[in-house]
Amino acid sequence: MDAYTPHTAADPVEFYGTQVNSRLLLGTAQYPSPAILAEAIRASAAEIVTVSLRRESGAAKAGQSEPGKALAGQSFWQLIRDLGVKVLPNTAGCKTVKEAVTTAEMARELFDTPWIKLEVIGEDDTLQPDVFGLVEAARILTRDGFQVFPYTTDDLIVADKLLAAGCEVLMPWGAPIGSGRGLNNPYGLRSMRAHFPRVPLVVDAGVGLPSHAAAAMEFGYDAVLLNTAVAKAGDPVKMARAFALAIEAGREGFRADPMEARDMAAPSTPVMGQAHFG
Amino acid sequence: MKIVVNGEAAEIRAATLAELMAELGYADAIVATAVNGAMVRKAKRDATPIAAGDRVEILAPMQGG
Repeated sequence: MDAYTPHTAADPVEFYGTQVNSRLLLGTAQYPSPAILAEAIRASAAEIVTVSLRRESGAAKAGQSEPGKALAGQSFWQLIRDLGVKVLPNTAGCKTVKEAVTTAEMARELFDTPWIKLEVIGEDDTLQPDVFGLVEAARILTRDGFQVFPYTTDDLIVADKLLAAGCEVLMPWGAPIGSGRGLNNPYGLRSMRAHFPRVPLVVDAGVGLPSHAAAAMEFGYDAVLLNTAVAKAGDPVKMARAFALAIEAGREGFRADPMEARDMAAPSTPVMGQAHFG
Repeated sequence: MKIVVNGEAAEIRAATLAELMAELGYADAIVATAVNGAMVRKAKRDATPIAAGDRVEILAPMQGG
């Protein structure tokens, strides 16, 4: 399948001084195979992908050294580097400030980037952010030179505190990670857009359908970050392209200044000149 | 001596973190390391001693959302 190519003029978005043309940030987990992951990234034209740090697997066990044995993480990293995309490492699964900060420090060395998608998870069933730990970790990391992309809720006061902590991007959830429920609180997301008109806002998590992503863009969001909706689709490559198209459509719709909704019908065909046959 | 590597007990000979990495086959791998919960930069692995009971984490780039 052909890679997605934008139909409209360049409309870049900027994160911490770095401009990208794609408003789709794509996760790299749960794909059926590395080849399909690579093809999905190419089809989506995403320029930023999220990655994580995990214990290296496939390694020789202590005392049974097998130097040169293929390591799972190394081949994944080679695949990502070959695609030429920017990486946004995450602190997925971290439940304490200390875990998140240490993981971020290790990510910075490993991936050679000050960017970090900061997750401090408060609860297993919903994977809801622990916003108190999130603010504290964001403060520590920005002081240390990190450029933090915080995975947060749509709470405006938390958002204010994240900005005060030095964050220059906010990433509110649409719905719980991996749920595919879409935008659970459209009012909250719209309020956030209205309160922070100049802060890059990214809907992160919970998106299941291209229409969910289009809706976020119609609200004026700057980008959408998703993973499971593409990786777990029957055809991830086709879905990656569908999301790219939806995000472009939503963005163009927002820029076109949509009409106001109203409660009553208003005929679109002129009433004047209508024939009377009675 | 006995240490813990990535959550599993290990019997190792290395006296430093750099030696441990070589012993385990990670000498040339792109990984980040921590000892007892604190990150150890690659440049500091030579100067980081390993003692019995230490908990070592060796993390690599992985798929993530």
